[in-house]
Amino acid sequence: MIEAAGLTKFYGDKRAVDDLSFTVKPGMVTGFLGPNGSGKSTTMRLALSLDAPTSGDVTVNGKHYRDHRSPLHEVGALLEARSVHTGRSAYYHLLALAQTHGIGRSRVKELIDLVGLHDVARKRAGTFSLGMGQRLGIATALLGDPHTLLLDEPVNGLDPEGIHWMRNLLKTLAAEGRTVFVSSHLMSEMALTADHLIVIGRGKLIADTSTAEFVRRASGSVVRVRSPQAARLAALLSASGRAVTPIEGELLEVSGATPDSVGETAAANGIVLHELTLVQASLEEAFMELTRDDVEFKAAAA
Amino acid sequence: MSAIASPIPPLGMTGRVTQARVILSEWTKLHSLRSTRWSLLAAVVLTIGLPAIFAAVTSSHWGSMSPHERADRHPLDIALAGINLSQLAVGVLGVLVITGEYATGMIRASFTAVPKRLPVLWAKIVVFAVVSFLLMLPSVLIAFVVSQAILSRHDILQISLSHPGVTRSVIGGAVYVMLFGVFCLALGAIVRNTAGGIATFVGVFFVIPPLLNVFPVSWQNAINPWIPNSAGRSIFQLTHSSHSLSPVGGLAVFLAYIAFAVAVAAVLLVRRDT
Repeated sequence: MIEAAGLTKFYGDKRAVDDLSFTVKPGMVTGFLGPNGSGKSTTMRLALSLDAPTSGDVTVNGKHYRDHRSPLHEVGALLEARSVHTGRSAYYHLLALAQTHGIGRSRVKELIDLVGLHDVARKRAGTFSLGMGQRLGIATALLGDPHTLLLDEPVNGLDPEGIHWMRNLLKTLAAEGRTVFVSSHLMSEMALTADHLIVIGRGKLIADTSTAEFVRRASGSVVRVRSPQAARLAALLSASGRAVTPIEGELLEVSGATPDSVGETAAANGIVLHELTLVQASLEEAFMELTRDDVEFKAAAA
Repeated sequence: MSAIASPIPPLGMTGRVTQARVILSEWTKLHSLRSTRWSLLAAVVLTIGLPAIFAAVTSSHWGSMSPHERADRHPLDIALAGINLSQLAVGVLGVLVITGEYATGMIRASFTAVPKRLPVLWAKIVVFAVVSFLLMLPSVLIAFVVSQAILSRHDILQISLSHPGVTRSVIGGAVYVMLFGVFCLALGAIVRNTAGGIATFVGVFFVIPPLLNVFPVSWQNAINPWIPNSAGRSIFQLTHSSHSLSPVGGLAVFLAYIAFAVAVAAVLLVRRDT
């Protein structure tokens, strides 16, 4: 369980996180979504007591992270920028962290095998590819068998097989009753993995909703219909409260309607239809739509 | 839910963070880096090698030296000559022990495991101090024995550890290098940047002292004994004038500087964002 209340963080004059309040519940994967620079990593650093909030509060499993006596058993963290000494081997990196909690060498070896780093465990972490670095990060996060996982962009740099592995891992961890909080800037990835979504832009909360609800809202909003009697159909649909946009000639777009209702209206009035299509807004488009005003760095208009 | 096999083997224990455990962790961190091994090897080689070379040169040229030149040669100065360079290797390593973590991002992993943070600083100091002392003490003793053996043809250059102050000076040399390293570690924790940390200790110990020459001699005599460099060196110097601190006095002043630097580092460590 992660609880943020009015969480705000300034870096100098710059507001990185702005009055964020949300709860991340156990037993499901919660996606933390936002464009680059929207404050995801800052929020995670605040949750881990790496940075101190300017105002507001965030607790993990009921306490400030700093006050946990066995933090690695409470929270496993994968931080975005790599947090490994490049000159140290994966084995000694994990061992040094394990020793702070009295966790033994056998556990370190177990996790190295689990994430598939057995063959390179004695090599310096600086020689690792991005994907190997992410696997080492996952091993670090799982070292203490934690109740809660905080993973910042865990699929970054993974190959397709690694992404598949990560998705299953996250789902299994959640199914075991753990709290799994995963940040990403990729909506499509989160749609496949997360049960719940917390969306932020410019440090502000934009949406806190189930993934199913988010998908439902994003798609099915527009119906494209083509008819030789377009003008009459448009009048009928407008009369029943639908917003109708004439596109060209016989083509209309109807928002706030389903294909079923448009088809039934047409049939009831003897109108011939040549096309009736549900225009699926992609999740990526829905996400962009949602965060349009909150993107930190916009491409200059042409 | 039970249909899904857990991918993580359960741990079956809950260990708390203790100071002793963090010390063990810091020992693992220290010995698992190449930079540590090279820096410490350099320190040992310089501590022993330089006195051996100086002793050999002094011995072979003794016959052609003027009485004035001979009077200037002290066997203990020769035995401890290596400290001047080996302290650089130890100081750089002291800075790296902490700035290496900031440079690579390792510090975030360290503070996630030990969110109270201060145990990490204490453990780094303890481990680094113990390791550098345990290496420097035998090194200065070997340097003493080796340089004395090379100078054995010249009775006037023979001293023994039983002479007043000699044992204290030799052990003091190891103590000085250890404390110098701890001072540099604290500077590294304050500056959080390798180049900045090294520049700071070089400035404090090697640039400021000669700059004092711009002052009148009376000022120099008043200020000089109290600067970190002179106070620290009093620990291992055999003879002390009215313009230098006693070994114990020098040690006390040097420790005070270190305590101040460590205290500043500790306050900043807890307060600053990572």
